[in-house]
Amino acid sequence: MTNATPLLSLKNVSKVFSGYRALNDVSLDVYPGQVLCLLGDNGAGKSTLIKVLSGFHEPTAGTLEWDGKAVTFKSPRDANERGIATVHQFGGTFPLMTIGRSFFVGVEPTKGWGPFKRFDKKHANETAVKEMQALGITRVTDGERLVGALSGGERQASAIARAVHFGAKVLILDEPTAALGVKEATHVLRIIMQAKHKGIAVILVTHNVTHALTVGDHFAVLIRGEKADDFKKGERTREQITDLMAGGEAMAELEAELDTLTGSINKIH
Amino acid sequence: MTEATRRKFDPTSLIRRPEFGAFIGTVVVLIFFSIVGGASFTQPGGIASWLNVGAELGIIALPVALVMIAGDLDLSVGSSLAAGGTTMAVVSGFFNLPTWIGVLAGLLMGVLIGLVNGIVLVRTNLPSFVVTLATNFAVFGLVLGFTKLITGTIAVDIHPDPIIKNTLGSLMGGLFETAIVIWVIVAVIVSWILYKSIYGNWIYAIGGDMVSARSTGIPVNKVRIWLYVGTGFASALVGVIQTALYDSAQVNAGQSFVFNSIIAVVVGGVLLTGGYGSTIGVILGTMTFAIVNQGIFYTGWDSDWASLILGILLLIAVLTNNTFRRLAITGGKKKGQKSND
Repeated sequence: MTNATPLLSLKNVSKVFSGYRALNDVSLDVYPGQVLCLLGDNGAGKSTLIKVLSGFHEPTAGTLEWDGKAVTFKSPRDANERGIATVHQFGGTFPLMTIGRSFFVGVEPTKGWGPFKRFDKKHANETAVKEMQALGITRVTDGERLVGALSGGERQASAIARAVHFGAKVLILDEPTAALGVKEATHVLRIIMQAKHKGIAVILVTHNVTHALTVGDHFAVLIRGEKADDFKKGERTREQITDLMAGGEAMAELEAELDTLTGSINKIH
Repeated sequence: MTEATRRKFDPTSLIRRPEFGAFIGTVVVLIFFSIVGGASFTQPGGIASWLNVGAELGIIALPVALVMIAGDLDLSVGSSLAAGGTTMAVVSGFFNLPTWIGVLAGLLMGVLIGLVNGIVLVRTNLPSFVVTLATNFAVFGLVLGFTKLITGTIAVDIHPDPIIKNTLGSLMGGLFETAIVIWVIVAVIVSWILYKSIYGNWIYAIGGDMVSARSTGIPVNKVRIWLYVGTGFASALVGVIQTALYDSAQVNAGQSFVFNSIIAVVVGGVLLTGGYGSTIGVILGTMTFAIVNQGIFYTGWDSDWASLILGILLLIAVLTNNTFRRLAITGGKKKGQKSND
């Protein structure tokens, strides 16, 4: 699979914000039908990397390649048009909009003609509900309900359903499971697998190693803006990954140290 | 899944609508002043007195509501109104150009102020509160300065030609301002924008989460600039209406509209944080404001008490808006359970 041309690549990308180097010489390849997990602690540069990929920031140095050809994203719209969709932590980001309306934000379906062209609410509601049900969210039957009334997992699902519906080729998921309970997180991971099997390139940003290992095909670890490691499924153990994410320090040592501090409490239990 | 397509009428869905609180408010003050205000309040003269106030405020409050649903504020409507009115009076009253040129110049001034607001806002990324407050003062200074410089007075007289006088600034049946008709037209246009056009979706999205809205490809900056052009135009329009009605433009007219428009919009159920609201609510909020503002004169009490009532209403509105938002988000789950049995 890795012999195929990557759909999207970063070549030696750096991003500098007024003297602060948020990303330093990062190269990444994103393949269709694969889940790339972007791991890293808070402040490691994950958000900056997402913003470069989704067109919010232009890299200070380095290039982006789409299907092997160099591209520049001047705006999120450019990235959108290529088929890059970003879903943020809380999924449906418009809690006070109806499911139907928020599903079509920015790409509203219309009916009618000329000055009487209007938003096709019925179509929007029906499509949104249908696409969410296709991802296993069967509780949602009314597109007029507000997004805020959905659970965290359902919101993620609605956002992913939206991306899939509009033919996203690259789906960037920013900490989709961070705010969810165990059951809901599992559901979201299942939806990620569904998206992957549809041939979508998924970039999963997370600091949850368990979730990453469950669905990931390919992993990249960011530390202080640099790519510290890049490996395929099965090439690293969970401990190695956690150690790396903690900034190269051995987590085991830290835990041992913690044990000596909390030892007396542990004995009571 | 067939039961999903058939929806029963759910009375609780009315309560969850954004304009429900505003509706209650309007009914309560209307009943209150109909009783306390005596018979003359319910007669055409009494109705006209609050409808006229409501119309002028409503023409401004509706576009202001769009700005607020998009998550911004416009505190510059007062000076836009003054700029529109005095420009018309200076052009057509002082320089004696045809009235329509004055009207056009006045409206253009409003559009210009809106453009400045919008462009400064998206360029600087400062809070709209600060930007429009600054514009309000700056434009007020400009209008005052230039009007005195050109005409030597701060109240400019004008004799508008009959066609414009009749359409913009006259009393229908000797009581009802033509502004009421314009209010209705503005309400239809704003409702179309918000509910029927795709721009309504953009406005809700921008107010809901500007960053996400931008990432879906909505031209956020353009929309925000246009919304300010809308409030600038509407404010100048009311300035033009007042000038045509009173045959004179006052430089300090309009400052009361700055906060009154916000009160009308918030009482109408628009959230201060943006992303939520309806035009029907704003119309009801405007009516509530106008009824209290004018009804007080029919009670025989000191009119100062109107401010107290409005202050309390505003506070209640903000509190209930938050409650209604919560109800809307939870989708009235408890009530849903009840309908199962």
